[in-house]
Amino acid sequence: MASEQEISTPVRVGDKLPELVLPAIDRALLCRFAGASGDLNPIHIDIDFARRAGMPDVFAHGMLGMAWLGRLLTGWRPQSSLRSFGVRFMALTHLGNQPVLRGQVVELLEEDGQPLARVAVEMLNQYGQLKIQGEALVALD
Amino acid sequence: MIDRSHLGLQLPVVHWPVEKGRLLAFARAIGETRPEYTDEAAALAAGHPSLLAPPTLYFGAELDAGTIQAMMETLGVPIDRVLHGEQGFTYERPVHAGDVLTLRSIIADISEKKGGRMEFVTKVTKVTNQRGEAVGEMRSVIVVMNG
Repeated sequence: MASEQEISTPVRVGDKLPELVLPAIDRALLCRFAGASGDLNPIHIDIDFARRAGMPDVFAHGMLGMAWLGRLLTGWRPQSSLRSFGVRFMALTHLGNQPVLRGQVVELLEEDGQPLARVAVEMLNQYGQLKIQGEALVALD
Repeated sequence: MIDRSHLGLQLPVVHWPVEKGRLLAFARAIGETRPEYTDEAAALAAGHPSLLAPPTLYFGAELDAGTIQAMMETLGVPIDRVLHGEQGFTYERPVHAGDVLTLRSIIADISEKKGGRMEFVTKVTKVTNQRGEAVGEMRSVIVVMNG
């Protein structure tokens, strides 16, 4: 019997990863992520602190968006295939934002005989505003 | 302005046990429901020694240990003036519940833009497991807003 690997279609430049569209970010989520991630910076969970720092309200942890992009990548290929993953945080992600996570294969390459896909990833909000941009190298066998 | 003599500073080494409950809480918080991350029996059946840690999990290790907060104090940077600018990981081995990671960080770069109104601190962290095997490397760029 053919394994899933053998019958799967080959990866091509331009292939899109299955998109993730997530519910609007609320305060309870930021509290849960603060505790689970270890990032207890009060700017994400304490509106009084955020206001003293000159912000209108708390905002999402950058690493929450990166964790979601990790879900996007490992939902496409198993995590053991992930060789590198890097992002740039482009803009603050606010309460009420509905994250949209996208990825696309932008290059096929080979390193030390290992075929790899370079995947561009991004997180936008429901208005199409770019919040996080990055890329990953994913091994293809 | 951050004193450039901190370039090359080694942060205190952190040993971080990867706890099952923490992995479950992290998976719940990010909406990760697949069995290798949330169901130990399923993870074992899939060939993992325990629950699999998601790819960004151990960023929290140095936060738990207070190392990053101490680094900010050493650099003289108040926490309400910093933003996370960039984050990168390279991966060599998976991490599972029950592992104990060791994190060794240095301040690899300090630079500025806009005449010092923004400064950038780059921290590079090598991560190994309890067997001394390389797990991966993290690179964090922290942006300091000076005005």
